[in-house]
Amino acid sequence: MRSYPLLPRVALGALPALPTLCALIGTLLLFSLFLLVQGQPAGDALVLIGQGAFGSSFAWQSTLLRAAPLMLTALCVALPAQVGLIVIGGEGALALGGLASAVVATVVPAAMPWFIAAPLMALAGMIAGGVWIGAVGAMRQLRGVNETISSLLMSYIAIALFKHLVEGPLRDPASLNKPSTPPVPDAFAVGSLPGLDVHWGLFWGALACVAAWVFVRHSTKGFAMRIAGGNNHAAKLVGLPVNKLAIAACAMGGAAAGLAGMFEVAAVQGSANASLLAGYGYAGILVAFAARQNPLSIILCAVLVGGIEASGSLLQRRLGLPDATTLVLQGLLFANLLAWEAMGGRLEAWRIRLQAMSVAHSPVRLEGTHV
Amino acid sequence: MFDAHSPVAVLLLSLFAGAVRVSTPYLFVSIGECLTEKGGRVNLGLEGILVSGAMTGYAAAYLSGSPWLGVLAAGCAGLLLGCLHGLVCSLPRVSDIAFGIALMLVGTGLAFYLGKPFIEPQAPMLSSLDFGSWASSPQLHNALHVNPLFIIGVALAFALQWGLRHTRWGMALRLVGENAESARAMGYPITRVRILATTVGGFFAGVGGAYLSLVYPGSWNEGLSSGQGLMAVALVIFARWQPLRCLWAALIFGAAGALGPALQAIGVTSGYYLFNAAPYVLTLVIMMINCRPDRTLAGAPGELSLTR
Repeated sequence: MRSYPLLPRVALGALPALPTLCALIGTLLLFSLFLLVQGQPAGDALVLIGQGAFGSSFAWQSTLLRAAPLMLTALCVALPAQVGLIVIGGEGALALGGLASAVVATVVPAAMPWFIAAPLMALAGMIAGGVWIGAVGAMRQLRGVNETISSLLMSYIAIALFKHLVEGPLRDPASLNKPSTPPVPDAFAVGSLPGLDVHWGLFWGALACVAAWVFVRHSTKGFAMRIAGGNNHAAKLVGLPVNKLAIAACAMGGAAAGLAGMFEVAAVQGSANASLLAGYGYAGILVAFAARQNPLSIILCAVLVGGIEASGSLLQRRLGLPDATTLVLQGLLFANLLAWEAMGGRLEAWRIRLQAMSVAHSPVRLEGTHV
Repeated sequence: MFDAHSPVAVLLLSLFAGAVRVSTPYLFVSIGECLTEKGGRVNLGLEGILVSGAMTGYAAAYLSGSPWLGVLAAGCAGLLLGCLHGLVCSLPRVSDIAFGIALMLVGTGLAFYLGKPFIEPQAPMLSSLDFGSWASSPQLHNALHVNPLFIIGVALAFALQWGLRHTRWGMALRLVGENAESARAMGYPITRVRILATTVGGFFAGVGGAYLSLVYPGSWNEGLSSGQGLMAVALVIFARWQPLRCLWAALIFGAAGALGPALQAIGVTSGYYLFNAAPYVLTLVIMMINCRPDRTLAGAPGELSLTR
């Protein structure tokens, strides 16, 4: 080893990514096995998933179109995770955020310039989502209600409320087959990014992820949140406002999911209707866990999961596989990502050994670092 | 004078009938979760197990022609998924709550994928026992149709309540869930006990799923379960980890779930979605009343991550 110091160093750098890499390989193997058992061409399916996700400009467009809301709904999981809470209610926050922005679009005067109306719609969506998930945080901190259960229940309640309002009081009488709110005026619609066929939500979603990363890693409030998440008791002892921090983290996450709803309404659907409930809130949970709750990694993971979802239609058309195929793949990926976490303990031992190897060539011999 | 045809009487009767009819999945899932949590683990994936149980039960009943074989197959599907949860969560650094969420996704994904061909055909249903042939009003007669699975669930609740207190197995399970260190000191195989508890819990949840597809609502489609599996976890907290209290709690939840259809029966059609959300609201209110931020709940197994 003394003559090849480079190899251990490269291995050392790649070590933190090892569990994720193993999870990816494990997922692909299990998924292939799942298809092979049924006599489906597993190799073709994997190639098709790659093609359907990233194989053409059309595929990329459809992938990025899905990645945009996923970035925001993943933040709804990752931000509360900084204070140690597992929130899985993004779907409901997205629905209510979309509904609130659709209502604002119909209430404001039509002559209002778009650069005032669109931010107002975004604000309404963020407030709706933020209040909804913020309430989950408040129930957790003030009443001790388990946030994982309560957030999903709140999500179900939000969806019931959404359906009630869209099919009842807020329904546009002109929407016959598909109950919808009145359409968002064209002037307020969110357009495409220059040179792309993907709406501005992608830009704002990525920006929100970067902003969340800066906030979590480089601000005192974000630091305080991570202390509260790491050791609640210690955080209370040093006088941090743990309750406020936790509720704020939940509210910010909910606001992100609400913003996702606003973009779905203003850029994709054109009004609030049942198509809004496409499962972005649930897929966002997977994105956040795959990114290990790191807001910056969410951007990449959202594109990956968006790609998996985008490939579904190609699998359906070419191989006649059910549309739930991508759901199976996502489930396997999620399970593998968590199961390979178990490597973490060994990783530490390997890291120390590799460190010893990579410095072994230097004049100063480190005795006693043998593990 | 009791008038069996007044709207209030019809509403109460259909609430009572609904409580019995809707509560069975809650009952099975909550008993399964109760068992799992007694061992100190949480399985949030019972929602996914419920859906896979419903699909497997329906498919097996359709293919074999026997609904009881369907129930057994549903239980076995739940057993496998429960075992998976038990095994993976025994690995170091794997959070049982997070893996439960993953299992939700795995279970529903597999069920939707494999269940696609079974949405159309009609499987044989599990018929109910008729206890109401003496009743004069058709509503009352209808309310007294009780499914054998409900009766099995009730018997199971009693058996488990007794077994946890009075058998060696029950004591070992409770010790493992209460204080793993002392269980280890006494020589009990903690990991194996927990895996076993999660596996058996999965079996019960799978049977609960079979009730959904083979009895009520009695068909297989992708919108069959709407959070019953997850609400059962909250129900166990409400029942303070006592199987017998799970029975009463399941009946209350069943009544809440029957509120929407019952109101429809007497002609209230507006706010359909809102009334259907009643069980979720009930669960939240119950958890808010029962939980306290500063202390763990009375009766909670000491090793449980859910209540820390």
